[in-house]
Amino acid sequence: MGYTITEKILMAHTDSKDIAPGRLINARVDIALGNDITAPIAIREFRAAGGKKVFDRDRVALVLDHFTPNKDINSAQQCKTVREFAVEHGITHFYEGGQVGVEHALLPEKGIVLPGDLVIGADSHTCTYGALGAFATGVGSTDLAAVLLTGELWFKVPESIKFVIYGKPQKWVSGKDLILNIIGRIGVDGALYSAMEFTGETIRTLPMADRLSMANMAIEAGAKNGIFPPDEITEEYVKPRAKRPYTFYTSDPDAVYAQTCEIDASQLELQVAFPHLPSNVRAISRTGDVKIDQSLIGSCTNGRIEDLRVAAGILKGRKAAPHVRLIVVPATPFIYRQALQEGLLETFMDAGAVISPPSCGACLGGHLGILAEGEKSVATTNRNFVGRMGHPKSEVYLAGPAVAAASAVLGRIASPEEL
Amino acid sequence: MILKGKVWKFGDNIDTDAIIPARYLNTSDPAELARHCMEDADPAFMTRMTPGDIIVGGENFGCGSSREHAPIAIKAAGISCVVAKSFARIFYRNAFNMGLPIFESRDLADAIAEGARITLDSAQGSITVEGQNRKFSISPIPPFMEQLIADGGLMKHIAGK
Repeated sequence: MGYTITEKILMAHTDSKDIAPGRLINARVDIALGNDITAPIAIREFRAAGGKKVFDRDRVALVLDHFTPNKDINSAQQCKTVREFAVEHGITHFYEGGQVGVEHALLPEKGIVLPGDLVIGADSHTCTYGALGAFATGVGSTDLAAVLLTGELWFKVPESIKFVIYGKPQKWVSGKDLILNIIGRIGVDGALYSAMEFTGETIRTLPMADRLSMANMAIEAGAKNGIFPPDEITEEYVKPRAKRPYTFYTSDPDAVYAQTCEIDASQLELQVAFPHLPSNVRAISRTGDVKIDQSLIGSCTNGRIEDLRVAAGILKGRKAAPHVRLIVVPATPFIYRQALQEGLLETFMDAGAVISPPSCGACLGGHLGILAEGEKSVATTNRNFVGRMGHPKSEVYLAGPAVAAASAVLGRIASPEEL
Repeated sequence: MILKGKVWKFGDNIDTDAIIPARYLNTSDPAELARHCMEDADPAFMTRMTPGDIIVGGENFGCGSSREHAPIAIKAAGISCVVAKSFARIFYRNAFNMGLPIFESRDLADAIAEGARITLDSAQGSITVEGQNRKFSISPIPPFMEQLIADGGLMKHIAGK
């Protein structure tokens, strides 16, 4: 009996010659990630356990991206804790200030995470790297501490659910719409403890930016990881970035899946997830008249240059509606510079946008775009839980960059076709 | 482990933003986090609960962010354990790793009202409700997770190896 890509990667990181869903394994970790919110607890645990040296200073990434630029004194203290640890241990991949980007955009961009890797991160959206054909999963701070100490971690081998996506998507429909639609179908626990494997003819031609958006939201269906079979598109993305060898794994034809789900992408409209769950999804034609106070374009889901190009294409020559705050967050300094050089930032400024430094702040209700009581924001982010972006009585509507840009112009949730 | 306490009921998909909103994540101090435990699910929770009480949730408890601040806040608030129909996987890991007892019971949540007094016996794998004859079963904890608890969490488990 064959293995899935997830099973193959996990097995390659153990000494065993066989693997099966449900089995507990101890596996070697290639890259371990922490940020300014989660790393301080991991550092505390690491020290409490008598940790003197991290398992491999080249395989730890510490990214100060959540409450940065430091939003208050406490946040500054947390960053200081992580910075001192990074200096003490000579952490190679430490990012802050003008080098920092949103971690899940930054690590693939820098070639730090690669196909075939086993990656853990004390951040739930670590599953993003599955887009590269890596096994990547979010864990807690104590898990991160254990990896810092030993370079290994326990895992339960997940069952896999296969999504076969076919058909040519309609104009404007992106990876974000595909994943929102899938979460709408299966629910926020539809893939609980499982691997979501994305395949099919639509996937084979799907650009890397869209794959990253989709893998990013696997956690919103409860999944352990989301994963794409690596191919020419992967190779094209990874080759110029990688500084170490990497491996392409693919699922065997006779691999076993707990479930297979087929989706005709040609039938999909643009999608919007209404408050307060990412599964509360409606097609754009069924959204009704939802007035918005803010449109946020950015995050680890949709803050890449491709997303900014889509938004700028729609905003060019147009302005955000009166009293709508348009906030654009290029996810990394590299993307920021690209957007600058391509004239996208000028387009955004002409449209009345605030351009934020790379930060996770607004997405999780930290800073740089908080909502007041009763306010509504359309956002290209990944979560719309109660209070996610501010006041517990504010509302977040999740969508792709095309809807976010069009909505900013019209002051209500809208399709670019309405412009 | 025998735990007795008064029940606070929550619904399905209680996410970690509801358990501890991100606006409070500029600290990892357990006492400070406890002050805001469950705030966006029930703003009055911390003024009403008493230490030893038990949280009973529905499906997918602890979904969303990986923040370990969530089980830390619940534990530091004095909640003795969480019983839910199912748990989101990162929350499940985190709870065992840092020593918050959690249990899965498919039937309990729908059969009791808020304020019910329950007794949970982890060795027996059962929950009894004061004033009810019915016994509710809890899903067995995988042996490895039992070992984690016995060792006092993941870091002590590693240290012991």
